This record gives sequence, C-alpha cells and structure tokens, in this order.
Amino acid sequence: MNINEKLATLKYNKDEKSHLIVDNEICKKCKNKVCLYVCPADVYSYNDDTDNITIRYENCLECGTCKIACPSKNIKWSYPSVQFGVKYRNG
Amino acid sequence: MDMNKTDVIVVGSGPSGVSAAITLARAGKKVVLTERGDDSGDKNMFGGEIYTNQTLDIFPNFIEDAPIERSVTEQAFILLKDKDSLKFAYNNGENSIPNSYTVNRSKWDRWCVEEAKKAGVFYAPKTLVKEIILENGRAVGVKTELENYYSDIVIIADGVNSILLEKLGLRKEIKDSDVTVNVKEVYKLSEEKINDRFNIDEKSGFGAKILGGPLKNLFSIGFLFTNRETISLGVGISLDDLKKIKMKPYELLEKLKEHPAISCYIKDAKLIEYSAHMIPEGGYNSVPQLYSDGIMVAGDAAMLVNNVHFEGTNFAMLSGKLAAETAIEALNSSDFSKKKLSLYEKKLKDSIILKDLKLHKDSVSFVKKHINTITEIYSEIICDIFKTVTYSSSQPKSKVYRNLLFKILKSNVIFKSIPIFLFAIRKCLKK
Ligand SMILES: Cc1cc2nc3c(=O)[nH]c(=O)nc-3n(C[C@H](O)[C@H](O)[C@H](O)COP(=O)(O)OP(=O)(O)OC[C@H]3O[C@@H](n4cnc5c(N)ncnc54)[C@H](O)[C@@H]3O)c2cc1C
Ligand code: SF4
Ligand code: SF4
Repeated sequence: MNINEKLATLKYNKDEKSHLIVDNEICKKCKNKVCLYVCPADVYSYNDDTDNITIRYENCLECGTCKIACPSKNIKWSYPSVQFGVKYRNG
Repeated sequence: MDMNKTDVIVVGSGPSGVSAAITLARAGKKVVLTERGDDSGDKNMFGGEIYTNQTLDIFPNFIEDAPIERSVTEQAFILLKDKDSLKFAYNNGENSIPNSYTVNRSKWDRWCVEEAKKAGVFYAPKTLVKEIILENGRAVGVKTELENYYSDIVIIADGVNSILLEKLGLRKEIKDSDVTVNVKEVYKLSEEKINDRFNIDEKSGFGAKILGGPLKNLFSIGFLFTNRETISLGVGISLDDLKKIKMKPYELLEKLKEHPAISCYIKDAKLIEYSAHMIPEGGYNSVPQLYSDGIMVAGDAAMLVNNVHFEGTNFAMLSGKLAAETAIEALNSSDFSKKKLSLYEKKLKDSIILKDLKLHKDSVSFVKKHINTITEIYSEIICDIFKTVTYSSSQPKSKVYRNLLFKILKSNVIFKSIPIFLFAIRKCLKK
C-alpha cells in the first residue's frame, strides 16, 4: 500500500501558508537529506531541476520527527494555526 | 486583566493535562485547560491501552461510563523469524479486574475533558499556546494566537513535541536517540470477525508486542490491539535506527504486514486511519527541568515514559495529578516560586515515576547495545527450539538435536547472553 492511500484515510484542513519552513541554501549543501525518508507522510521531496526541497505541508501529521532529525536544525517548525492541519478520528 | 486571570492554566488536554486540571478543579481551584485541536484528542494517537490502576485514581467511574473499546485480557508476544513465528500469551484470570483497556483516543480524550468540565474546569479548545508570558523570570500566563491569559501557575502538558519547553530553554535539545517514531494503522472489521480471529468475546481483548522479523537487529517493536470493531497495528523505531536503515517508517510497517503471522489478523479488513506520533525514549537522563518560577512540566513533555514496560498514559496521569497537588499547596500559601514548586520534583521522586525511570536509566542504551543478541535469542533461537520440539521430520531426533545444538553453539548466543542475564538480575535486586 503506498503512502497516498494511507494519507487518503485522513481528514485535513489545509492552511494557506506552510507551518514548515526550510532554508534551501542549507539544504543544497546537505548530504544525507534525512527529511526525505524519516517523515511518515512523505512531506519532503527533492526537486532535481531546481535543486530545492519541496514541502507538501498539507500532508503533515504534526509529529515533529523532521525537526529533530534534520542535522542542520534547518526546519523552522511550528504547529499549524488552530482549525488547520490533521484531525484523527480514531487515534 | 482580571477577566483573563485564573489560578492555573494547563497547556494541553492529553492524559497529563486533563488529570492536572480535574485534580485542581476538584480542590476548588480555578483552572483553564487549553487545547490546540478543534477538540481534545483530534491531534493524538497511541497504541494503545490505558492502565486500570492509574486511570481509576483519576476517573473512578471510567469502567462504567467511559467509551472504552475492550479490556485487554490476553497480553501476547509475537516473535518473528523470516516466515516462522512464535506466539505466547499471558491471560488474566477470568474474574480479576483487567490490567488495561483499549481506547480510541479521539473518544477517550473527549470523555475525559467532559468529566473535567463537570468538575468545574474551564475548557478552551482551538487555543494554541504560542508562548509562556514571563515577568521577571516568572511565568504569569500564556500567549495564544488570539489573546493573553493570566494565571499564578502554568502547567505545561503539551506532549513529546513540546515547543514551549524549547522556547523556555527548560530542556536540552532532543537527540535522535531520545525518541521513537511510530506509525499506526487502524483496520475496520466486524466485532464478530474480531472475536473469531482473536478467540475473544465481548468481555475480552487481545494486545501484542511484535519482535524480530523485519525488525531484527533494530531498536524497534510492533504492536497490535483489538478494539470493539477495529484493529490497531503499528510499529515504532528509534530515530537513530531509522536514520541508519534509511527506510521510511511506513515501509517498515508494510514489511511487518507482509509476515504471515501478522497479515492473518488484518486480512480483508479495511484501512480506515493512518497516523504517526513520537514516543519519548530517552528516559531518566532526558528528563528536563521539571519546574521553574510559576511553571511545572508533566507527562510526555517531561519525557516521563517507561519504555521498558510501554507505560506512558499512566505516568502522564500521575504526573499531572502530582503537579496539581503541588499547585494547590502553592496557591494555598500564595507562593509560586521555584523553591516552592520544587515540591513537585520531590513528589515525582517519591512516586513510581522517577523510581522506575531511575531504575531503567541505562536500560535502553543497554538494550540497544545488545540488540543483535536479543533479537537473535528471541526471534531466531527460540523459534528454532520450538520448531525442533514440534516438527516431525524424516531425520532421526538425535541428528535434529545435534543440528540445533550446533546452531546454538555456533551463534555463540549462550556466551553473549550472559551480560544480558546479569543486567536483568541487577535490575531485580536494585533497591
Ligand atoms: C504509537 C504509540 C503507542 C503508545 N502506546 C501506549 C500504550 O499502549 N499505553 C500507554 O500508557 N501509553 C502509550 N503511549 C504513550 C502515551 O500516548 C503518552 O505517554 C501520553 O499520551 C502522554 O500524555 P500527555 O498528556 O503528556 O501528552 P499528549 O497525549 O501528547 O497530549 C498533549 C496535548 O497537548 C496539546 N498541545 C500541544 N501543544 C499545545 C499548545 N502549544 N497549545 C495547546 N495545546 C497543545 C496536544 O494537541 C495534545 O492534545 C503510546 C504512544 C504512542 C505514540
Ligand atoms: S535534512 Fe534538513 S538540511 Fe537536509 S535537506 Fe532536509 S531539511 Fe534540508
Ligand atoms: S512533523 Fe512529522 S509528518 Fe510533519 S513533516 Fe515533520 S516528520 Fe513529516
């Protein structure tokens, strides 16, 4: 089962602005790019053409893993504003 | 300012926050319980089971009145090899009170908050606390997205991902080895089918920890719980190991789901929810500063989880209660200083929380160091021993035994287990 099928089970309320911000200049120099695989929702992806990290913040599960995992502490992480983000029904 | 001033503000309405708030309200104190979700439980997930003893202490009526799913009467361990597996389970005697119950966090957290409201707690959902307001170094209230609220004491119960502690500088930077990343899937299946599949009835339930197989040589454990009409299946792995294997957490879960000993449970069941959350694994050495002027920290925010025994909600509830009891004494003497609130740490030290965390302060690092041996003993050797005993082959038994013995000797597992047994014995004898 792929991640999109998993995320499709969830209820989200999408904010207009991202609650996750990275400095792409720092990402460019980042060797391992751990954010690409530690995230349980595949929020981060790498764009070859632009050499940038793309953030699909609307899929975020608000777990906080990426913030700890990023070796350069390059993820400016905040909770989404109230009424936005994920909403579990089973938990 | 007065309209927005109360005795205590509690940030976060999980098990620790709600327990703190209800304890304060029951003592007649004015308390505001804030929650960033639209409602309590919206943002939370766990395995999981709540433990009877500690839950009764806060909610004496929960067994009759709360939306519990099932009692956990059978506690199993499932050890995996490549395709083989071994399952063993402990059953509560039929008439004893179950040790734990499975709950759906969305429903459970909400019920707890309703109980707190009945006790007089002022509940403020859709309230994201952005910062603690300090005056001369002392907490005097909280800043939310919309307005400021003031209080004599703030209890921080905002969970493992505590942004507030970070901002206050009360905790050191969290390391990869201090947390596990967990993903879980909830599967829908009829109550009857669940009863059949797990050999349980409406009065009983099944819980399991899963070791080995795809989790071999990793600090990682799977879990499986029956709810009334759903099954929860998940896996947790320490962040440092996750980084090492360069695998996505849900890929590990997919691997677990492929094992025949696991796939049989969720066959034909529909996935209805995927979720993720961290668990504090750092134990005693990662506990932050627990109090400051006008501040106390409870539950996961304070890293109060006993990861050796999978206990989190019970410590959250108890620490919330102890913080509240400290706050009551502080309010009665109008002293909110750090010195006064140090009583909270004393209470935690006298309780099972810091006693157990201290006992296990080196256990996680020890287990990590010996994880290969541990998973080898558990999932490989024990499976092989059981296979030898139960398998009817065409070879003479003498040869079968010899093969097993050589395999065990070759793996050197006996020698390698000595430090593990010694470690376990030391823990048993520690005062
Ligand atoms: C996969 C998994 C399995 C688990 N299994 C078990 C189990 O079987 N048994 C067990 O006992 N424990 C288990 N635990 C651990 C248990 O869930 C936690 O220890 C427990 O929930 C901690 O309670 P808490 O109140 O401290 O934090 P939380 O339950 O995390 O609650 C924190 C609350 O604060 C809110 N919040 C956060 N920041 C803010 C803010 N700035 N403003 C307002 N509100 C805020 C959040 O929305 C949340 O409601 C498990 C955990 C996980 C992740
Ligand atoms: S790990 Fe951090 S620095 Fe590296 S690519 Fe990801 S966000 Fe950028
Ligand atoms: S908080 Fe969790 S889900 Fe959200 S981007 Fe970070 S790792 Fe992914």
